Amino acid sequence: MTLKHISTGPSEVLVELEALSKSFDGHVAVRGVNLQFYQGEIFALLGGSGCGKSTLLRMLAGFEKPSGGRILLNGQDIAHIPPYKRPFNMMFQSYALFPHMTVEQNIAYGLKQDKLSKTEIDKTVTEMLKLVHMEAYRTRKPSQLSGGQRQRVALARSLAKHPKLLLLDEPMGALDKKLRGEMQLELVDIIKQVGVTCVMVTHDQEEAMTMADRIGVMNAGEILQIGSPHDIYEYPNCRYVADFIGEVNLFEGRILEEEPAYVIIEVPNLERPIYIDHGISGPGGTRPVGVAVRPEKMRMSAEQPDEQYNWGKGIIDDLAYLGQHSIYHVKMSDGKFVQITQTNDKRRETPFELEQEIFLSWNPDACVVLEK
Amino acid sequence: MKLPEPKHPFWQRLSALPFLQGRNGVIALPYLWLLLFFLVPFIIVLKISFAETEIAIPPYTDLMTVEDGHVQIDLNFNNYGYLFSDDLYLKSYLSSIRIALVSTFICLLVGYPMALAISRAKPSTRNVLLLLVILPSWTSFLIRIYAWIGILKPNGYINNALMGMGLIDEPIIMLHTDFAVYVGIVYAYLPFMILPLYANMMKLDHSLVEASADLGASPIRTLFSVIVPLTKAGILAGCMLVFIPAVGEFVIPELLGGPETLMIGKILWQEFFNNRDWPVASAVAIIMLMILILPIMWFDRVQNKQQEA
Repeated sequence: MTLKHISTGPSEVLVELEALSKSFDGHVAVRGVNLQFYQGEIFALLGGSGCGKSTLLRMLAGFEKPSGGRILLNGQDIAHIPPYKRPFNMMFQSYALFPHMTVEQNIAYGLKQDKLSKTEIDKTVTEMLKLVHMEAYRTRKPSQLSGGQRQRVALARSLAKHPKLLLLDEPMGALDKKLRGEMQLELVDIIKQVGVTCVMVTHDQEEAMTMADRIGVMNAGEILQIGSPHDIYEYPNCRYVADFIGEVNLFEGRILEEEPAYVIIEVPNLERPIYIDHGISGPGGTRPVGVAVRPEKMRMSAEQPDEQYNWGKGIIDDLAYLGQHSIYHVKMSDGKFVQITQTNDKRRETPFELEQEIFLSWNPDACVVLEK
Repeated sequence: MKLPEPKHPFWQRLSALPFLQGRNGVIALPYLWLLLFFLVPFIIVLKISFAETEIAIPPYTDLMTVEDGHVQIDLNFNNYGYLFSDDLYLKSYLSSIRIALVSTFICLLVGYPMALAISRAKPSTRNVLLLLVILPSWTSFLIRIYAWIGILKPNGYINNALMGMGLIDEPIIMLHTDFAVYVGIVYAYLPFMILPLYANMMKLDHSLVEASADLGASPIRTLFSVIVPLTKAGILAGCMLVFIPAVGEFVIPELLGGPETLMIGKILWQEFFNNRDWPVASAVAIIMLMILILPIMWFDRVQNKQQEA
């Protein structure tokens, strides 16, 4: 089992959203989204509740008509084609298995609508049951299955028609935490095995990062950033994304010096300015910016670092030993809190104690400058 | 539930009975109700149906007579025999069932789309629509049926309107025909079809309808392969609520039907009030009950099967 499926080479665009928007009674749920889904990728729409990700998915499925913009499938606008004529299939959050039909009938339902012959339907159903390892449950009713088994049947049903685009609505939403981890990887395996292009919606950043090739972070109906899980985590483009994905320490400061090779930012109350070893894009000039540093990229020491840049002084306010790693909350000189995680790779006593005065520092390449 | 601590020895012994303990005590209440208001009257009617007419008060003989110190029970089956000897009764039963079946079917055809539309409406509109369904029953049933006389009679609203538009030269005879009876029954019992259907449809998970569309089923296909099968309980309940009272309907055929409209409710009335033949009237009622119990038992079995699945 491979963990990451990095798409090789440039792929072609399968579905393109052009200035897609949707409003309900004056409330804008999705505003002017431009997005491209590439052949064979898993794309995750990630965002908090009410960010418009579900509305976007429902527009793709055809359950909601866009208020504006276009949905292009291979260059053709399908925005006003009803769901039953779209070559897209969805796995619902609640799975929406027909309770009056057996597993077999559920999977065959979509195929029957295409007026396929009985032998063809039987063949595909068997193939799908095998794909999701549910051959033994062919004649069961959904009520006789566990949550995980229902999800497998729902997946088989949505794959049976070989859709051009597979839509997953909170695929792990109805599973307990233990099953989630296993199913995330297995789901990716099955999707990659079939080779279907997939758009999923989730509020769980871990799930998005585990499953998706690319992530689109949404807030207030807009897509803020699109990128690989790595890019989104390491190079967030705005404060919202930095804060939404993982933990982050944000320093608000002003640009002191800006050169193509480095940037120096002054942060009030931080002992030393922040030095970043690469240039940044932006309007130029002294302007307020944010600097994000991930907790695991920070170091703690009892002695004052002798570097010219990138350190500050604080007092340990709170610490939590979590086995693998420890989390420290450090109160900085300006009263703000900074979070630091340290892996407990050495078997020893906690070297730092509550109320201890410490210095924290980081490398010049650990920081990301956030303009928005 | 525990019965309160009894004082009197009778209550002590009663509450000590195993079938009145805990859960059983709760279940016993509806059974007690049925016993008092269904079984006892039923036994009285059954008793009368085996008696003979007599000019007396009440106008039938006693089943039990005490003669020479021993009790004698006379069961008279002639009333039932009489029902089968005169084909008026058989025809009336069949005609009642036919009228009730057709009316139920029309109610379903009209009520199903209405219930579906109400269940799909916005919550604010939904309440108004529901109110509109229930509102007519706030007026007296009798007055509403009388109103139909005014609408259907030869110089009523429909005929006047059609003649005024020049579509017909002579009034169409609608009142005092079977057609008027159908109109009356469908009109009067439609809410009893719509309400259980609506209640059932509200429980239907809308994502199932979306899933069906997503898998390529047109709205019509979705209706017949997903919505209808999943609202079977509502359909059955609605049909029962219309069919059962419609079979025994008396007011509607009396007011809107013609002399050739045969319905068992009318026969019952005539036997009871015009002929003062209580035993035959009771026999008519018992047979009608038997006819109605069959579909109820079938309904019960289907429901049990559904719960098992």
